[in-house]
Amino acid sequence: MTFEQFMFYVLAGVAVISSLMMITVKNPVKAALWLVVTFIATAAVWIMAEAEFLGLVLILVYVGAVMVLFLFVVMMLDINLAKLKEGFTRYLPIGAMASVATFAMMYMVLGPAHFGLEITGAPVTHGPEYSNTAAIAVPLYTVHAYAFILAAVLLLVGIVAAIALTLRHRPAGEVLYQDIDKQVKTQASDRVRIVKMDAVVEKSTAPKEEEDK
Amino acid sequence: MIALSDYLIFGALLFSISMAGIFLNRKNVIVLLMAIELMLLAVNTNLVAFSHYLNDVTGQIFVFFILTVAAAEAAIGLAIIVLVFRNRKSINVDDLGSLKG
Repeated sequence: MTFEQFMFYVLAGVAVISSLMMITVKNPVKAALWLVVTFIATAAVWIMAEAEFLGLVLILVYVGAVMVLFLFVVMMLDINLAKLKEGFTRYLPIGAMASVATFAMMYMVLGPAHFGLEITGAPVTHGPEYSNTAAIAVPLYTVHAYAFILAAVLLLVGIVAAIALTLRHRPAGEVLYQDIDKQVKTQASDRVRIVKMDAVVEKSTAPKEEEDK
Repeated sequence: MIALSDYLIFGALLFSISMAGIFLNRKNVIVLLMAIELMLLAVNTNLVAFSHYLNDVTGQIFVFFILTVAAAEAAIGLAIIVLVFRNRKSINVDDLGSLKG
C-alpha cells in the first residue's frame, strides 16, 4: 500500500464514520458539526483527485457558509428533540436494509470488476506547474458562459426568495418600527410649533420682604 | 495509485448512508436537508473522480454548478423551515399534513 492509498483510505474512513455519526446523533447541532467533518474529509479526497479548486471551494462555501446557515437555523428554532427522534428504532431495519441493498447494487456496477486500475489504466497526473483553477476557468468563461450567467441569476433568485419568505411585518403596537423614509423627509416645521404670545412679567416680591424686616 | 473504483465505492457508501439517514430521521426536516446535502456530495465525488480519470475538466465544471444550485436550495429550504416553524411551532414532518396529500 502506497502512502497515497493510505491517505485516501484514512480520509474516506473519516468521511464515512462522521456521516454515520451525522445520521445517528440525537441533537441536530451535533449532526451539523459531524457533517462539517464529512465535508472537510471529502474536500481532502477531492484535492487528492487533483480537483484542488473544488476542494477549497467545498471548504469555503459549504463549511464556511452553508453549514453556518444550518447551525444558525438549528439554534434559532426551539425544537422538541425527544419528539423528533420517535420511531428511530422502528425505521432502523428498513432503512439499513434499503441502504445496504442500494450499496450492493452500486458495488456490482462500480466495483473493481468494471472500474479497477487494470481496466481504466492510471490517470494522467500533472506536475506542480499545472493550474487546476486556470483549467476550470477557461472553459467556464468561454464554453459554459451562458450556464455561468444562469447560475448567477439563480443565486440572485435564491437571495430574493429567502428574504421574501422570512421577512415579516408584525402589527403596530406589538413592535415599533423605524420608518426611514419619513425620518429623512421630516422638516423642522413638522416637529416644532412656534406660538406667538405676550411676555408675562413677573411682579417682584423682593422689596416686600425687606419691609417685613 | 488510487483506483477509480475506490472513488466510486466511496461515493456509493456516502450515498447509501445518506439514504439511510433519510429513512431514520424522517421526522426532523433539518436533518433531512443535511442528508440531501450529503447525497449531492456523494454524486459530486463521482464526477470529480471521472473527471480525474478521463482527464477532462468538464466534470469539475458540472460540480461547480451543482454546488451553486445546492447552496441556493439550502438557503431557500432553510427559509421555508423557518417560516413553517413560525406558523406551526414545530418542524415535525407528521404535523405538516394539512394538505391531506
